[in-house]
Amino acid sequence: MEQLLQHGANALILGGTYALLGIGLTLIFGIMRVVNFTHGELYSFGAYMMYAAVMLAGADFFLALVLAVLLGIALGAAIELLLLSRLRGADIDTTMLVMIGAWIALQNAEQLAWTGVAKSIDTPFPATPLVLGPVSISWNRLFVFVVALALIVAAYAVINRTRLGRAMRATFQDRETAALMGVEIGFVHTATFALGSGLAAAAGALLGPVFVVYPTMGDLASLKAFAIVILGGLGSIPGATIGGFILAFMEELGAGYVSSGFRDGMGFLLIILILIVRPTGLFAQKERIG
Amino acid sequence: MTRGITIAWLAFLLSVPLWMTDLYVLHVLIVAGIFIIAAMSLNLLLGYTGQLSLGHVAFFGIGAYVSSLVALGFEVHVLPDWAVRLEPKPVWLGMILGTAFAAGCGWVIGRISFKVRGAYFVIVTVSFAEVVRLVALNWVELTQGPMALNNIPALTLGIPGLFEFTFLRKPANYYLVLVVTVVCYVLIRRLVHSRAGRAMIALRENEPLATSVGVDVTRYLVLATVVSAAMAGAAGALYAHYVRIVDPDVFLFIYTVTMVIMVIAGGKGTLAGPIVGGLIFGLLPEVLRGFEIKPEVQWVVYGVLMILVVYFLPQGIVPAVRGWWERRGRAPQAVQEAAP
Repeated sequence: MEQLLQHGANALILGGTYALLGIGLTLIFGIMRVVNFTHGELYSFGAYMMYAAVMLAGADFFLALVLAVLLGIALGAAIELLLLSRLRGADIDTTMLVMIGAWIALQNAEQLAWTGVAKSIDTPFPATPLVLGPVSISWNRLFVFVVALALIVAAYAVINRTRLGRAMRATFQDRETAALMGVEIGFVHTATFALGSGLAAAAGALLGPVFVVYPTMGDLASLKAFAIVILGGLGSIPGATIGGFILAFMEELGAGYVSSGFRDGMGFLLIILILIVRPTGLFAQKERIG
Repeated sequence: MTRGITIAWLAFLLSVPLWMTDLYVLHVLIVAGIFIIAAMSLNLLLGYTGQLSLGHVAFFGIGAYVSSLVALGFEVHVLPDWAVRLEPKPVWLGMILGTAFAAGCGWVIGRISFKVRGAYFVIVTVSFAEVVRLVALNWVELTQGPMALNNIPALTLGIPGLFEFTFLRKPANYYLVLVVTVVCYVLIRRLVHSRAGRAMIALRENEPLATSVGVDVTRYLVLATVVSAAMAGAAGALYAHYVRIVDPDVFLFIYTVTMVIMVIAGGKGTLAGPIVGGLIFGLLPEVLRGFEIKPEVQWVVYGVLMILVVYFLPQGIVPAVRGWWERRGRAPQAVQEAAP
């Protein structure tokens, strides 16, 4: 029972960052119809920017976090303007291939810039964990959880409370009508991709100091984000949020009670189960064809 | 005319080991040939039904592992005191079982993922490949995990007591790969020009319309997946008994990407596309290696090339060249294969 509580606490904390990854990806898919294979690269980019700022430039940990997220937003906007803006209206396979090409190029550029050696990032948090009865949690992980929750709330606020968010939702519902009503579709796309990328970079910057940073860390992040998004239903933001926590619990329990080797496989088993039982995901509004 | 060109090409390909004495070049051609088989199988799905399988390497790897395990024999404990044991079997049987097993996996994946269209099939296939890779990595008792399966026997054919031939040397393997490539090419050609092939193209072009005229869409999608998976499995089996070592790295996503680039660059939905793309992208890493640049730079070039191909040759090389040829007014050949 105590073990179960500890696994539950770990899963809850991991789930926050998984939800961040999933929301970013589902936002980009829902509004732009782009399967974003660079998502994991933005995640590792966030982690490397954190490493560069804290370990190389000696910047303050919290300032570095803000910087890493802002740089992630900038890189996302650059990718959208450079690669995707010319392909608006292209079919989903075309943009997917361009994103795969960008992913290969980015990942190897990263490998070239930082070498394949894993890097660790120092944190200002005390080394002794917070002990709550049978559960112990490191201060760093607790910080990650709080910031992730704050960012999830912020993302919801942007989507539901701002003018930009209204334009995004309108584009999601009906692109042509939104354009006719004067919504700047091009700007909405750039903003969406930048926002989604910023969330991925934030997840990387938060988890980088918890684990270690290495060039291919984004691959698993991408695949997990796909699992989360399918679980919640492609394009569903609440689905991605809850999906993130479900995946974290599955992984944590799978690693704890089955075998740690299959930890990263849980997400994929989950996808296959979901597709057998409820193919459109747990929270999909309606099946969108064409 | 077309028949003459085909015969000339075949004669040229058959003659390669006679004048090519550089064994390394022959090795590169053999590996390229194996990848061309895999790319052709992917083209059947991507080019003719319009479904992108991004886990195609899973079928390739399953073919390689099953074939090697049958040839090597294994003993696995299903329960602590109950073991399943398989004595080593002949390699040809392994290759057939590897192909069949890959086809079976294709059937299961098709049945699961064609409940929904669009991005789902892509993500299911990606996930499937990842699960299989994790199994290969972690089920050490069966697959040796990261230690790899070593000393895989080469293919031996013959009639017991009369004669026997082992495909050990490079020219023999070259011919073996060439024969399998031609067989797969002919099979795919016959399939896409049959009733089933027309159904696949119809559903790629307009699924609601195809359904309304009575095409059983899911059935043909599953059929294409099974055939495609079987061919990828056969390519994997050839690979395993040629390089004679298989480790979980055969499941790396980058190999799927390589196949996808071969198909897209060559021209999806054309019979010659994967062959042209396979030759270009199969030989490109060797050319890049000649410039003595770091492998990371090679891959950056690879990624950038992929983006450029999508931008400038969205239909691929073969349709682009054919269009150019026809615009010149010469050789007005009938276009038999509809470009997407």
